[in-house]
Amino acid sequence: MVWDALTLQLGYNATLVAIGATLLGVSAGVTGTFLFLRKRALVSDAISHATLPGVCLAFMVLVALGGDGRNLPGLLLGSAVSAWVGLLCMNWLTRRTRLAEDAAIGAVLSVFFGFGIVLLTIIQTMGAGRQAGLEGFLLGSTAGMLWSDAFVIALGGAATLGLVLVLRRPMTLVAFDPEFAAARGLPVHRIDLAMMGLVMAVTVVGLKIVGLILIVALLIIPAVTARFWSERSERVVLLAGLSGGLAGYLGAALSASAPNLPTGPIIVLVSFGFFAVSLLFAPARGVLAAVLRHLRFQRRVHIRQGLLALAQGQTIYEPLTLRLLRRAGVVRADGVATETGKARAAKALRDEKRWQVVRADLAHEATAALYDGLRDIETVLTRDQIADVDSRIGGPQEVQP
Amino acid sequence: MLELAAVQGVSVPTPDTQDSPLAIRGLTVSYGQKPAVFSVDMTVQPGAMTAIIGPNGAGKSTLLKAALGIVPMVSGQVTVYGKPLTEQRARVAYVPQRASVDWDFPTRVIDVVLMGLSRQLGLLGRIRARHMQRAADCLRQVGMQDFADRQIGQLSGGQQQRVFLARALAQDADLYLLDEPFAGVDAATEKAIITVLKSLKDAGKTVVVVHHDLATVTDYFDHVYLINTRKVAEGPVAQAFTAESLQAAYGGRLATAQIDQISHALG
Repeated sequence: MVWDALTLQLGYNATLVAIGATLLGVSAGVTGTFLFLRKRALVSDAISHATLPGVCLAFMVLVALGGDGRNLPGLLLGSAVSAWVGLLCMNWLTRRTRLAEDAAIGAVLSVFFGFGIVLLTIIQTMGAGRQAGLEGFLLGSTAGMLWSDAFVIALGGAATLGLVLVLRRPMTLVAFDPEFAAARGLPVHRIDLAMMGLVMAVTVVGLKIVGLILIVALLIIPAVTARFWSERSERVVLLAGLSGGLAGYLGAALSASAPNLPTGPIIVLVSFGFFAVSLLFAPARGVLAAVLRHLRFQRRVHIRQGLLALAQGQTIYEPLTLRLLRRAGVVRADGVATETGKARAAKALRDEKRWQVVRADLAHEATAALYDGLRDIETVLTRDQIADVDSRIGGPQEVQP
Repeated sequence: MLELAAVQGVSVPTPDTQDSPLAIRGLTVSYGQKPAVFSVDMTVQPGAMTAIIGPNGAGKSTLLKAALGIVPMVSGQVTVYGKPLTEQRARVAYVPQRASVDWDFPTRVIDVVLMGLSRQLGLLGRIRARHMQRAADCLRQVGMQDFADRQIGQLSGGQQQRVFLARALAQDADLYLLDEPFAGVDAATEKAIITVLKSLKDAGKTVVVVHHDLATVTDYFDHVYLINTRKVAEGPVAQAFTAESLQAAYGGRLATAQIDQISHALG
């Protein structure tokens, strides 16, 4: 069943939904990355909640004009207008008043959503039968998706992607260094507005599939996931698109493989799965890598401290240090230093003295900055330099482990 | 404030704003109701290295930012080589303060320098070998060529500052404006930066630096601009960087001993 779903064998509707969700995932992932890089991730939450009054008002207008209240382009147009109004409100509050952005987001989000719910309730008590499915915009509803709906979603998603491609450089520049961007003559404010406009477009396009409450997840989670895997913004953008698209596709397929599985929430959960894996296992920024790095560092510190203690004839009490030294063959089981241990300890002490000379000498400033108590001096100085340092210390000239 | 203007003893014959790389007239900038910079004139000398100095909160950085249009001005006029800034953007390079940036941003050293080429690249232009070559050259000038592939957060503060300078160099501008490039950097970086700035000057470029270290003014710069909300003095170091003008700019904030030391150094 799942295999059938993954290979799009589950019929017309499931296939449409899977294609739509994939496109939506790609454009949401890519667009959301710029919002994430600009540290405005939560703006998307306010924008998405601000779509609800527009959807309801559009429905009312469509019905009043005698049309079909469920006409998707009409509803999306309404949602876009009210989201844009919400966006402008938020922008105005942040720029012209003393309200911080988080407060402005909270205010716009709750007021618009509250108003939308009121309108939704009114519609539900209006002429019966025709309101069917409007509350589906809250969490998405893909059951009765039409070919024309999928077409609208695909078109909107593709247009958004194209615009992001055109604006990617200015948006990156503004996100990284707005002052420099302004000094170069870029209209920082308008670029920000364009970025949020694109987010709004994705939100509107995604209303049918994931709904306004969960679209935030599709905008933010892929970006955060991708950030774990790359230190280059353009790759983060690509990876976010990839993970968003994959989550859309897998989520849609999985939800089609069993009855009564909601599409939007499943897509979000799949997306979260990618995030969790990245958080734990990403090679440089993941949690596991960080733990391993710390353990390795701790081991080096203990061994170094142990060697220095041995060289100075001090007794070692720290059990971890003793264990590590024993494993390294530096001390015997009874805690007495082996021959290699003695040599290494003497070398460690000698290095420490050499570092002292290096750090006191302004000529070695760049090298001195590398001092961390752990580095072997050979990795930073040439043989001649070491000989020069040694001549200043005096004592035995050659200590080899 | 008015008595400060009275001690402006030094007034150097200013060239016509037509010739000045950066001419500011009657500039007032305000965050809220209190002006950070009030009715300030400035005429940068072409081909010179000018230090903008003054106490904390005197409006040094604000002056630069307003000149560049980064912060809005309440009143005033700015011309760059005799024309409005908007027509001359390509001739101006700016190095912002290090603190203005998120250093965990996913970008490499070379990518930051490439940002200096954003005008040449345009919206969709591909980054070609010659662009990479140019960026690498700029990195070499600041001694950071070995760090091109590092994520910028892995650099020390001084190294980050040098990357910012390399990005400005990539712009190939005529006027360079730097905001506190020597703040909190190591001695190696300070030396690298001043070497690059002096070579810019030798190439006929104009350099303006917001500077905080009074001890190095005479070594590094040939012109100085003292500000404390209002202009205090402007001119060649030997004429404008005097005990009186420092006293006027810093008031009680500068120890008499420091002023004595500086005037002694100046002879």
